[in-house]
Amino acid sequence: MSSFVAGLLQFRRGPWENLSTVLIALGVVMLMQPFFLWAFTYSFIVTLVGTVMFIITSHFPE
Amino acid sequence: MTDTPIDRMTRATPRSVARRVRGLSDRAIAWLFVAPTIFLLLAINIFPLIWTVRLSFTNFAANRPGREVEWVGLRNYERILTSDGIWSNMQTTAHFLIWTITLQVVIGFTLAWLINRKFKGNDLLTTLIVLPMMLSPAVVGNFWTFLYQPQIGLFNYMVELLTGTPASSFSMLGAGGLAKWSIIIVDTWMWTPFVMLICLAGLRSIPDYIYEAAEVDRASKWRQFWTITVPMVLPFLMLAVLFRGIENFKMFDMVVLLTGGGPGNETLLASIDLKREAFEKWRTGYSSAYAIILFVTVFGLASIYVKALNKVKER
Repeated sequence: MSSFVAGLLQFRRGPWENLSTVLIALGVVMLMQPFFLWAFTYSFIVTLVGTVMFIITSHFPE
Repeated sequence: MTDTPIDRMTRATPRSVARRVRGLSDRAIAWLFVAPTIFLLLAINIFPLIWTVRLSFTNFAANRPGREVEWVGLRNYERILTSDGIWSNMQTTAHFLIWTITLQVVIGFTLAWLINRKFKGNDLLTTLIVLPMMLSPAVVGNFWTFLYQPQIGLFNYMVELLTGTPASSFSMLGAGGLAKWSIIIVDTWMWTPFVMLICLAGLRSIPDYIYEAAEVDRASKWRQFWTITVPMVLPFLMLAVLFRGIENFKMFDMVVLLTGGGPGNETLLASIDLKREAFEKWRTGYSSAYAIILFVTVFGLASIYVKALNKVKER
């Protein structure tokens, strides 16, 4: 966990890509879940943030 | 001295062109060759995308080109993301996605595992299994409509033969909650071979010496399966899941031909609803926002897919 946080602070590609992947997956789950309308409402913004973050962080150094 | 093709080409180039090209750097010549492709890409892909983003903030209707277009800001997005109807369509899409992927992975992996052994007729069997994948979705949609016919369909007849339920007592494509499952069955029938092929590639990439070492350590077949086969095939499986997930999220043609989104809204997937909004109700601005939401979701999933693909390549 500490190495993950250190990677984030040092702007390393791996942890940031993982974080973006989690956000995208979370957004997709929120979009399709049948339980909470509020989760559906905010799903797009979560996926969008994850996707944009993924595009940016994939250019970070390894 | 022999006349090479390069010599002939040099002679064929008009002097004025040759003089101009000679003055260009290698990088400039490379750009010259790539430019038409980039231009086409911008014109066919990027420009429509930007235009759709712009339209998603307006109330534009394509069937009323003369009407004044109003800038509505985020209202289209707000209406879509708070709509119970669209939320329900997303759940229908999720039901379709979860079941097709689960069935395709389980059946595909099992088939790959069975076919990975050496036996007579292995190649022929593999070819037969992958046949459905080679068919067009339009053809598949049409002939499964016939197979699902309650009176003359082979599917209902088989169900009657196996379970004793009268063939004409149920309709797979009609009301009664079976339509959702009928599209899952067809998609699974068509795309399981694809998952099988990916799993087969994964299974064949496992070196024999790992199993030999496990045999020396007296590991049981069950243990070998869970500690060698499954972890080594997992990246390939991930790839198959993501690929099928993206494809089925966009699923349109086959379901339209089978059920048309019905009965009622039972099989109304997001892509079919989008087409209705755009080309039946002509709410272009609204449907552009809808399309952008689906696009961002698919783009996000595709990013994960590319990442998974790179991991598999590194192996």
